[in-house]
Parts: sequence; C-alpha cells; structure tokens
Amino acid sequence: MSTSDYDPACLPDLLPLYYRRLFPFSQYYRWLSYGGVSKNYFQNREFSFTLKDDIYVRYQSFTTQNELEKEMQKMVPYKIDIGAVYSHRPSQHNAVKSGTFQALEKELVFDIDMTDYDDVRRCCSAADICSKCWTLMTIAIRILDRALREDFGFHHLLWVYSGRRGVHCWVCDDAARKLSVAARSAVAEYLSLVKGGEETVRKVVLSDPIHPFINHSLSVVERYFQQYAIVDQDILGSKESVDKVLAVFPVDRYFFKEGSSVSYDLHFSCVSVKSNSKKGGQYFDKEIMLQYCYPRLDVNVSKGVNHLLKSPFSVHPKTGRISVPIDLKELDTFDPFEVPTISLICEELEKPRAEEAEEDDMKDKENEQEAGERRRIRDYKRTSLAKYVKVFDRFLEAMARSRKGEMLKKSGEIEKDSVFHIHLILAFTLQMD
Amino acid sequence: MQFPGRRKKLIGSSQNDLYDHCLQFYGQPPLENISLTEFETFAVERLKLLKTVENLGVSCVKNSEQYTKKLDAEISKFFFNKEDGISEYEKRRKDHISHFILRLAYCQTEDLRRWFIQQEMDLFRYRFNDLHSKHKTDFLHKNNLKYETVSAEEKKSLQDKLIASSYGLSGTKVEEHDVYKVPFQDALDLVRTRKVYLLAGNAYIPHHEIVTIVLNDFRTRLSKALAMTARSLPAVQSDERLQPLLSHLSHAYVGQDYSIQKNIGKISLEQIDALSGKSFPLCMRHLHKALRENHHLRHGGRMQYGLFLKGIGLSLEQALQFWRSEFVKGKVDADKFDKAYAYSVRHMFGKEGKRTDYTPYSCMKVILSNPPSQGDYHGCPFRHSDPELLKQKLQNYKVSPSGTNQILELVKGMHYQLACQKYFELTHNVEDAGFSLNHPNQYFTESQKLLSGGRDIKKEVDMSQRSQENPASVTRPSQANSKQAHEEMGDLDSFFQDE
Repeated sequence: MSTSDYDPACLPDLLPLYYRRLFPFSQYYRWLSYGGVSKNYFQNREFSFTLKDDIYVRYQSFTTQNELEKEMQKMVPYKIDIGAVYSHRPSQHNAVKSGTFQALEKELVFDIDMTDYDDVRRCCSAADICSKCWTLMTIAIRILDRALREDFGFHHLLWVYSGRRGVHCWVCDDAARKLSVAARSAVAEYLSLVKGGEETVRKVVLSDPIHPFINHSLSVVERYFQQYAIVDQDILGSKESVDKVLAVFPVDRYFFKEGSSVSYDLHFSCVSVKSNSKKGGQYFDKEIMLQYCYPRLDVNVSKGVNHLLKSPFSVHPKTGRISVPIDLKELDTFDPFEVPTISLICEELEKPRAEEAEEDDMKDKENEQEAGERRRIRDYKRTSLAKYVKVFDRFLEAMARSRKGEMLKKSGEIEKDSVFHIHLILAFTLQMD
Repeated sequence: MQFPGRRKKLIGSSQNDLYDHCLQFYGQPPLENISLTEFETFAVERLKLLKTVENLGVSCVKNSEQYTKKLDAEISKFFFNKEDGISEYEKRRKDHISHFILRLAYCQTEDLRRWFIQQEMDLFRYRFNDLHSKHKTDFLHKNNLKYETVSAEEKKSLQDKLIASSYGLSGTKVEEHDVYKVPFQDALDLVRTRKVYLLAGNAYIPHHEIVTIVLNDFRTRLSKALAMTARSLPAVQSDERLQPLLSHLSHAYVGQDYSIQKNIGKISLEQIDALSGKSFPLCMRHLHKALRENHHLRHGGRMQYGLFLKGIGLSLEQALQFWRSEFVKGKVDADKFDKAYAYSVRHMFGKEGKRTDYTPYSCMKVILSNPPSQGDYHGCPFRHSDPELLKQKLQNYKVSPSGTNQILELVKGMHYQLACQKYFELTHNVEDAGFSLNHPNQYFTESQKLLSGGRDIKKEVDMSQRSQENPASVTRPSQANSKQAHEEMGDLDSFFQDE
C-alpha cells in the first residue's frame, strides 16, 4: 500500500470524491444524534470548516443528515472541526438575543500531541513521528483509557488518530457531555503528572503516599519502558543523553557509576545510585520513567465546553491521512504509517468491480437516495477505510445498546411511580367522603 | 366547603414536611406571618449566637472541649423557650426564620456578607459534626446530596487504596469512621488535586473530608443567596417598621454598650495624657495624639473620641473644658468654639436635640462604618492604616519587632480586633488578654483592671463597707509622677470594681 503518493495539490480533486462516495455520513449522523434522545441535539451542534485558501468559517449547523451531506459536498472543506451543542442553532446565532446563545454540552475530549514530548524524544522532533516514538501514543492511550473507564466510570470512548502526530479521545457518555468547565478541568488535572515547561528540568515529583492512579500508570509505563526508552530511544546510549537523564535530579546528591551497556532491567539498574538525602529521590526511577513516557495532555483543550476539535474521518491536509478511529484491541500493532491516505482510498475506488456490483446497480435505479447510500456503503467497503468504519460501527452499537438499557431501566421506574400515584389518588378520594 | 378535620391533619403533616430534619440548608424562605416582636427577638437572639460563635472561634481551639461546651450552652440558650418544652418544630422554625432575617441585615456589604457566611458556616459545621452518623446521611439525602456511606466489606477491600489516596487516613480510621461514596462531580477539588480515591465515577471520601464538601456547598449556596437578597433589599428597606431594626442589627454590638455613665468625674483631665499611653486602645491613642498635635479633630474623630471619653467617665463640663482648651490652642477662638463646637459636645451627652442615644462606638462600628479619608484620624488603625505606617507607629510605641510582626499577620488575615488584642497583650506584658475585644471602652476597662491588679484584694475589704459609690475627689497632681500616677490608678480602680 503506497501512501507516499499523496500530494496536497490533489486535494481539490480528491476531496469532492471523498465526500461524495466515501465519507461515512450515516454513521456520522447516527453518532452525533445520540439516539435522538435530546431534541435538536444534532441541529444545535456547531461545526467549523476550513475551506480552500485557509478560509475559516464557524457556526455551521445542519438540520438533517441530507443537509449535512449537501453542504459538505458543496463547500468541500479541507478541515472539519466539531464544536459544542448550543442552546440554539449555531447558524442562527446572530439572530439570538445576546447572552442567551450558550454552549450547553459537548463530549469530553483529550488531545495528545507528539510535539509536547520533544524534550524527551531523541528520534524526531516537531511534526515528525516514527515507529520509535509512536510507542508514546500507545502508552498514553493505555493509561488514559484505563483511568477514564475505571476511575471515572466512563464507558464510551472513541480514540482517533489525528492524521499526523497525535491522537484524540472523545468521551461520549451522557454524563461526560454534560460536564461543566470546572469538572473537565478537574478531570484533566487529575490525569496530569508531567508539569512544567522549558524552564523546568524535573517535571514529575512524587511523594508518599503514591496514589493508586499513579501506580496503575506506572505499571503501564514499566511494560513498555525497556523496549521504548532503553532500546528504541536509547536514552542511555550517549554521555549527552545520560547527562540529560541525570539532570532531572540533583546530581550532587547522588553517587553513581555507569554500568555496562549490555543488559538493562526495568528498574534502571545500569546506573546504581546511592541516595544521601532523605527527602526526594526515593522515587527518582519512577519519576524518570514518568517524565519520559507519561501522557502529556493540553488541559486547555479538555477544559472548554465550546472548544472545537478536529472531526473523526476528516482529512489531514498535510499528510493526506484520514483521521480514523483506533481499535484498542489491536493497539499494539497500530501503525500510523499504515493509515490510508485520501489518495489511496480514491485510487482503490477506481479499481474494477466484481459482478455482484451489476446487480446492485439495478436495485439502485429504483430509489435514488437510498441508492446513493447503499453505493457509498459498498464503496468504502472496497477500500482500506472499511476496517476503520467497522471500528466506528462497533462503537456506535455499544452506545445504542447502553441507551436501550437506560430506557428500560427508566421505564421500569416510571411504572413503579405511576402505581404509587394511583394509590395516592385513591387514598385521597376515599378521604374526601 | 370546609373540611376542618382534614385541614388540621394537613397542617400537621406540612409542619413535619417543612422541617424534616433538625439541620437545614436554608434553601426556602419562611412563608408565614409573624409579629414584629417575634421578628426582632428571633433576630437579636440569633445574632447573639453568631457573636458567640465568633468569639469562641477566636478564643478557643475549634472542637476542643472548651469550645464544644461553651457553644453547646449557647445553642441551648438560643433554642430555650421560657415556656416548658419548646417543641422540636418551634426550635427548627426559630432557626429557619432567624437565619433569614439576619440575611436581610447582612447582605448589604462585602464585609457583612463575609462575616455572616463565616459564622453561619462555623455554626453549621459544629451542628453537623454533632449529628449521629445516620442523621448525617439522612441530611445529605434530604438535600439531594447523593452521598452514600460505604459498606464495611467494601471499605475493607479498598482499605489500602483509600489510605494511599487520602490525606491523614490510617487503617484504624478507615475501620472506625464512615467513608462516603460521592459522584466525582461533587468533589472536584479533591479530584483535581488527586487527593481522593476514584472508582467507577465515584469519589471515596473519608468522614473528615465530607464536612468540607458539605460546607463548600453551604457556602456557595449562601453566597449566591445573599447576593440575590441584596438586590431585593430596597423593597424591604422601604418598610418603615423593618428599616431601623435591620440597620441596628447590622451594626449591632451585643454586649455592654457603656452608655450608662457610672464613673462620672472619676477621671481628671490631667490624667488623660498618661492614660492614653497606658490604657487607651490604639485608635483612641491615635486620636488623642492627633488632637494634641493639631489642636483639632474633624467630626468623625470628635464623635469617636468624644463618646469614648464619655464612656470612660468624663462629665459634660469636663468634656467641654477638654475640647475647648485644645481647640483654642489651634485656630479656633473661644467664642467660635462656644458657638460651633460646644453644641456638638453637648449633643453627645444628650443635652441637645431629641436623641440621647449616642453610645460609644463598638469595634465593629469603628471598623465597618465611616472609613477615614485624608485629614481624618478616626477609624481602626488596624483596619484603616497602611501596614507600613502601622508598623512605624507600633515601633514608635516601643512594640517589639516580633510583636509587630504578629500584629501585622493578624491584620493581613483581617482579624483587626485580634490585632488590637495582641497590642493589648504586648503593651501590658501579658500572655493572654483574658477577654475577647469588642469595644474600645472594654479595652480601657480591662487595662485598668490589669494595671491595678495588686489592689484588688485590698479593695474587696473596702467594698463590704461601701454603699453607693460616690464621686470621691480625685487628687490632682501637679507632676505626672509615676508613683502618684500609680496611686491615681488605684483610686480609679475602686469604681471600676462596681461592674
């Protein structure tokens, strides 16, 4: 699968094809409608588009799936962002009395960007990524996914490859969408361990007692540390990099000798250290592992209810890659360089079709609109996009099942309530006599 | 059509519904008619309770035995009714109504609101902690705080994790005390700092932290409510019956008001200079010095200082002489003084106009009302002086640097009366002032008591033979000789014992 064929100059030709025949509109609409439980949930959702020549338009909103399709096919956005669900239709926000147009709900989101790890990556920097540093994303996903599910009780998480150098997480539970700004920021801070910017050398500070969350995270890091840090990143490979590691904690407090570079075990025993001081330094090995590997998230992205984030299945203009959902069951084998580009899937679309296709063509002639959808479904299935749409489908199924479960529970409660009400009315009327 | 039988039953049940717990969040305002007398009584009594809460919070360690005993006594007093057996319903009703009346009085300024919220929170904390575990959970549920207690088995299985996540938790504590399960959205401060154990969206909060959470909720609600009350206050204030009471309440000082002059003529004018250094609180010392230096004081200063002097025992004639002699040294000639200023001195003593209600200002009044501007010397130096200037002044008055720092710390924490108390302790060379400062005249009285401490025993013997105190002639020494000054203190002492 050659993905080096992508040329940004082709976007104007590829995008219309993508939006006409490949973009999974019906799943997309299904997702953002959330079962139609809340009225106007889809209609009040803000989208923003970046058009050709970097023209940026906000407050786009649509009343039906059909309208969404038509508009996207017409405007051909280079980038698509998803914002909040507002109190009114975003496209009419100017007509609303000032102060009453408000962002009400949105998924809880996280953005992990590889550039935030530049101080601890030796293989790449800035927008570049490679297989050696991609492990950082794997570690980040494992740690955050566990915490969001086990600690915070969320169930419906969609992890998406951003298309270039990071991953996004969309937490879609009902409770998550209703979180306040304060709550989002509290969750993000709970999940933050690496603090400090350019000026800070020691970015992780641990002290007793160690919170269970940190212990869980450490066990994930430890699983990957040897391969990632010692082998791939080779952080002990040169004097310079060793110095950098040791710079994290005050050298003068420690006596150390460099061990042989042959075998390292997880606990950093190549450098044996005697601590002369009681305070600090008892967890230095853990701190170093965390500083090199623990997820670095941008709290500001997660905090805002009205924050706009790149949409799943949008195209990354620079790399051509589609922002695809990541299947956590195959996380360890996920390769960002295998993610299909728009040129690849358009190319796959042009390949000659098998005979069954002709039968379907006949059925299509009967009903145009349904035909369009059916065709689209058949189309993406013929491309490398298929398996990613399947991941998305499973995600949507899980949410639908859980909604059904909720409804059954609620109707059970309502039944109980109405029985009680009847009793009360009876009792009351009896009294009146 | 009337159904009297059913009516009565409904009222009974609505009573129970309204106050279904002895503690409440004061979410709903009372909706009944009450008499003005009850209105006033309830308000004043609650204010006394809150003042006690404040005093105890300052003088005792919270939750110490002393604190508990005293506060308990005061709360019982609040709920006590002269008739036998005040019902639970009536207690709760009084609690409810009195709280809302005080909201009206205390919503107007930031200072008042802060004070009110602080005392109500302390009171609430005490009463909540006093509840039985089951009643605590009851209260939480009744107020839609979905906090469940964790079962013993679950506690045991999570014990290590709980200890590793919460500050100050040990194995025994987990066993003995309740742990609450709270949706994490209700414990954001603990979540944000990762000071709590989270599982499946719930925060596991040990007992001592749940109070903090409940209190935060209480504070938020009360703060919002007070802001709303302030907006609707103009409507309430237009009611003539209520306006004077509410105004009085918010400036109320609920202790001795030094309005009754017991000690008239006991102090000679010559003593004032010496007294100002020894027994005057800083505000009055400051005013006296300014008067001596400038031979003048503006209205605010004249009122604050003049009434204080009345409270320590200056007679009207003395006061007139005092002010005139000082003003005449300045730009005012005797005639002008008699025309313009003498009137206001007589007014202070209730000899002019119809109001005789000028009582010496309490600390609260001095701190809260009429802040000084350029050219004024009144107010509370701990509240109104720039800290640098205050520091200099204290140093001039020979307060030690460490003492000055202690005072400045208290000022930073806005504990102005405590700062003055500290000043008392430092200038009188005692560890503990032995009283809770509320009034400048109280400062003076206590100071005098302390300075003549040794004379107490001797005076007690005399007391048995004394009938009515009688303004003895006070010696007028020509020199402010320390020995003679000491004797004078002794003489002054005799009438202070009357209290």
